[in-house]
Amino acid sequence: MLQEHARIVDFIATAEGVTGRKKLQKMVYIMKKLNVPFKEKYEFHIYGPYSEELTARIEELCDMGFLSEALEDKGSYVQYKYAVTDEGMEFRNAVAASIPKNPEAAALLNAKSARFLELASTLLYFGHLERGEQIAKLHSVKGKLNFTETEIEEAYRFLDELEQLKLS
Amino acid sequence: MSYATQKLAEEKVFKDPVHRYIHVRDQVIWDLVNSKEFQRLRRIKQLGTSYLVFHGAEHSRFNHSLGVYEIVRRISDDVFHGRPEWDESERLTVLCAALLHDLGHGPFSHSFEKVFNVDHEEFTRAILTGDTEVNSILKKVSADFPAHVAEVIAKTYSNKQVVSLISSQIDADRMDYLQRDAYYTGVSYGHFDMERILRVMRPLDDQVVIKSSGMHAVEDYIMSRYQMYWQVYFHPVARSAEVILRKILQRAKELSESGYEFQQPPTHFLAFFDRSFTLADYLALDEGVLMTYFQLWINERDTILADLCDRFVNRRLFQYVDFDPGTDYKKLGELSALFKKAGIDPEYYLIDDSTSDLPYDFYRPGEEEERLPIQLLMPNGDIKELSRLSQIVDAISGKRRTDYKLYFPAELLIDGKKKAIKQQILEMLREGGI
Repeated sequence: MLQEHARIVDFIATAEGVTGRKKLQKMVYIMKKLNVPFKEKYEFHIYGPYSEELTARIEELCDMGFLSEALEDKGSYVQYKYAVTDEGMEFRNAVAASIPKNPEAAALLNAKSARFLELASTLLYFGHLERGEQIAKLHSVKGKLNFTETEIEEAYRFLDELEQLKLS
Repeated sequence: MSYATQKLAEEKVFKDPVHRYIHVRDQVIWDLVNSKEFQRLRRIKQLGTSYLVFHGAEHSRFNHSLGVYEIVRRISDDVFHGRPEWDESERLTVLCAALLHDLGHGPFSHSFEKVFNVDHEEFTRAILTGDTEVNSILKKVSADFPAHVAEVIAKTYSNKQVVSLISSQIDADRMDYLQRDAYYTGVSYGHFDMERILRVMRPLDDQVVIKSSGMHAVEDYIMSRYQMYWQVYFHPVARSAEVILRKILQRAKELSESGYEFQQPPTHFLAFFDRSFTLADYLALDEGVLMTYFQLWINERDTILADLCDRFVNRRLFQYVDFDPGTDYKKLGELSALFKKAGIDPEYYLIDDSTSDLPYDFYRPGEEEERLPIQLLMPNGDIKELSRLSQIVDAISGKRRTDYKLYFPAELLIDGKKKAIKQQILEMLREGGI
């Protein structure tokens, strides 16, 4: 019971908090691709892979008091910062004991920007295509973001690094 | 004349309770409607188990798909026609995507997908691009046309205006299902001035925006959406039926994997149990097939499967109580242990359910670029997000929207042996202990 909620609390605790809703969305998507058994269903949206289920579950976890949500005003934009509360840690310890963890991958993902994770998750979303087709598709759906060749190369290098941390 | 532009000798019309008439002139659309994969949608209800609460809600995904097509046809042929920002060459692509957007839905889609870990969108793509009648028809337009239609539905198509018409926070899909579901359930919510919204929609850059003069019609649409979610889509009794349905499928899978000998073997499900399914296996399923199994399984020797099927077929649904997982999650463990002591398997008879488990969403202003919000086009050409101008939308999009229920079979806790334990369970459930 409440296993899906527990998985998210466990992930945010493992990542020692996450700043940014978009970033959290992409982190969970990439973790799913690393075989961490998140159940949230993803679809492609204008800003890349997005899960409405995850958004709703985060709202529920804040409502339950297991996550705190703090709004950070950055001037031209706002960001939400999520952390696990004491009650959330207690819940995690009670319910999340058997959840597979991947703290190295969580730390690597958390160190990246939302823009970079949008790029990496979009490439992963088109992972069934050949690399050339993936890049063409990336430019087609994200033309406005003007991802450079260097950024794309860095994203592939990053995804290769994560692949080494994939859970069996 | 090419197949893409071929017209029927005479326009075909479908009588429709929501849009009055649905008009078809294109040969391609007519052929798609008559394909067996599209006709299959007649046998899949739009609202799943809601008919057990709202008896009129027997409408199918076939009705809804035609409705979405009609809305997009009107936008394309009337509202956007002749506007320089709209690419007229996308007309057939967007019409086909509108008609076929739900093609991959299976019987009682939501529960089926959860239990068997499948995704109807992947089946939609497979039907469009695989060995099907729909694919044969689309390929007659051009070799890459099936892939283009699939990309629109998957939201990865390069023309974002086309994607937005089918899938955005104010799209033809939602505009049809809100009105259609309101009509068939008989509720007085869900109605809004779609004519007005269509008149103020504009293609602009890579999105579809709404002229600010139409803001109040959009407010009405957002309110309808909000009310339909709470009154229909999140209805706790329909969720009870959904919970039982999920547990039937889970039990059948578990029994099959344990080597149980069914009196009525789950032939149609076997490929889903071991994940060896093909597209043909999926297309062979519809709600009639599932209901037949449920009817027959009422007589199975396994008492749990038989009981769950009897509950679903004969509408003996689970009772529910509100609960707050934030404080009650520890008591769930206690309750679960008591259920076991009482001889009732909590895996099948004590189930928590929350609104995040349901496939419906509220309007989100997209503060951090999670989703593209509804954008208003101001008279000076500026673009502003809806909730920044509308106090009504701001008020309902800023609130938390969560609802948790705990489902259980009340009558099993009253009858039979182990009365003392059952009494203890009932007290926990009834007296605010949970």
